[in-house]
Amino acid sequence: MDNDSSMEGASSASSSGAAGSSSTSGTTSLRHTLAFEVPLANLEKQIQELEELQARKQVDYSSELRQMRENYTALLKKTYDNLNAWETVQVARHPQRPLFFDYVNFLCRDYREIHGDRLFGDDQAIRCGLARMAGQKVMLIGHHKGRDTKEKVRCYFGLAHPEGYRKALRAMKIAEKFGLPVVTLVDTPGAYPGIGAEERGQAESIARNMFEMSRLRTPIVSIVTGEGGSGGALGIAVADRVAMLQYAWYSVISPEACSAILYRGGEGTAQMAEALKLTAKHLKRYGVVDTVIAEPLGGAHRDPAGAAHAVELYLAKMLRDLKRCKIDNLLERRYDRFRQLGEYAESGRRASKVAS
Amino acid sequence: MSQIPGEKPREQEGIPEGLWLRCPECSAMLFAKAVNDALKVCPECQYHFKVPARERIVQLVDEGTFEEKFADVAPLDPLEFVDRKGYGDRLKEYQKKTGALDAVVCGKGFIKGRQIMVAAMDPEFMGGSMGSVVGEKITRTIEMAVDEKLPVLIVSSSGGARMQESTLSLMQMAKTSGALARLDDAGLLFISLLTDPTTGGVTASFAMLGDFIIAEPKALIGFAGPRVIANTIKQTLPEGFQRAEFLQEHGFVDFVVPRKDLRSEIARLVDFCVK
Ligand SMILES: [Zn+2]
Repeated sequence: MDNDSSMEGASSASSSGAAGSSSTSGTTSLRHTLAFEVPLANLEKQIQELEELQARKQVDYSSELRQMRENYTALLKKTYDNLNAWETVQVARHPQRPLFFDYVNFLCRDYREIHGDRLFGDDQAIRCGLARMAGQKVMLIGHHKGRDTKEKVRCYFGLAHPEGYRKALRAMKIAEKFGLPVVTLVDTPGAYPGIGAEERGQAESIARNMFEMSRLRTPIVSIVTGEGGSGGALGIAVADRVAMLQYAWYSVISPEACSAILYRGGEGTAQMAEALKLTAKHLKRYGVVDTVIAEPLGGAHRDPAGAAHAVELYLAKMLRDLKRCKIDNLLERRYDRFRQLGEYAESGRRASKVAS
Repeated sequence: MSQIPGEKPREQEGIPEGLWLRCPECSAMLFAKAVNDALKVCPECQYHFKVPARERIVQLVDEGTFEEKFADVAPLDPLEFVDRKGYGDRLKEYQKKTGALDAVVCGKGFIKGRQIMVAAMDPEFMGGSMGSVVGEKITRTIEMAVDEKLPVLIVSSSGGARMQESTLSLMQMAKTSGALARLDDAGLLFISLLTDPTTGGVTASFAMLGDFIIAEPKALIGFAGPRVIANTIKQTLPEGFQRAEFLQEHGFVDFVVPRKDLRSEIARLVDFCVK
């Protein structure tokens, strides 16, 4: 299911994102183009055409091509350095963005998935498994959206049901019992809104996870890799360290839903994406995330292997650091980490925790 | 996960100053004073009107025993959030209308002589939505209970996390849930009282974490709002879906208790659980 992405990653991991340098394989044409990427795609196409011409006519266009590739890289950098919030949301949802199982394939030497919450079923939107990654044995937990249509439907597009959250909690308890650190990869539009989900206690399952994660006696590291959709994300993201990939988003509500409520018509989506301050850069400022993990030039979908490598480096360091902490100190700091989030005034004075 | 914003629904008006009002459930014309004397319950059909936070405290806590805490914790506009209106202006409007700084009143008091920490959410302040102030005050209430070894009662009435504080609102879910884990570790009692409506991020945090969960009759309780669900699944929702009785049937509420019996129910639970 992730052949496209791994191929693309392998082909461009060493090319610093420059199109054309390995593009004769045609991978660029398979890549989905976001609206703001159209000028980039046009340039890519021109490069490709010139390459083909050069091959066909046996003429040397190498200096022209070099120039065009430089222009492309410059435009790519400029575009991605200046993404607005709504464009960032689109990157986070890019159909070729690495998903849970891409990270498993890139990073895990061994991965043994566990199944079921022992209460109702085996949710496919949240996956849990014993894994060897970043030099450690861990319990890996994450949302999986699915790659092709069939898989997406089975995974409810990454919208988990209560049994997903309860399976995750079961996995965390196993991790606690056997001294494995927990790693969670967050990528969900939100928890599933449906009749069955409500009947089986969607709210309770998310609340219970936060409650138990706050006192779980083993280190927890969470990374928002794509979409951090509200309670559905937070239900597996109470951790000692919380990071976000550079172009991920994390918010109390999606910009579409927010706009539908506040504007009734739903035209204000881009504006609400901005207003919700949902990008990694903003959330680091508010202390919601500790680290922003830089993505390869042009986003993780251009270089999934590169993105996975960045995640691995981060995890290796965090897991090493956390292992050295006494668990009681760790729990104290985990509590304080979330305890200090929020902004209010008291006795007329601002009690702000915002980093300046 | 978000509050129902902007224009407040009709019944959220509470009971107007006028002498008469109409019950939104049975349409009976009711004498306002009679409804107030009946704890804001319709004498004809037992419809439970929404109750503002301070009035809720008066209904539940022994007269003259309530000591309010953390009263001067006030909201900011950390994101400088603007939609059709600035959040700062919205806050000022609600503060003026309700006379409160934000959507929760907290303190220490006695219920039928049993000492208890109480937090009551205010459905009239931006739909009772939870932002930094609600999260902070509820967390402090729980922490004070841990320090003083007291039980906690939280009365929920909320459309969920407050959109205008975005992810900071979301984080209040983790913060309050973490505080409740400490209360649990300390062996102390938490009674969660759910009133109409309790939805979104409030349900998905402290509201569902009670050792005992009480709900008022017919209160709407859920994670996603009924409209969101209906739009997602393109089906009409079953009769009584997400009402207190429905939650009890599915195992998520212990007791559905009419408003007039709440004090004695709470006192009974305290007697069983407080050493
Ligand atoms: Zn009535």
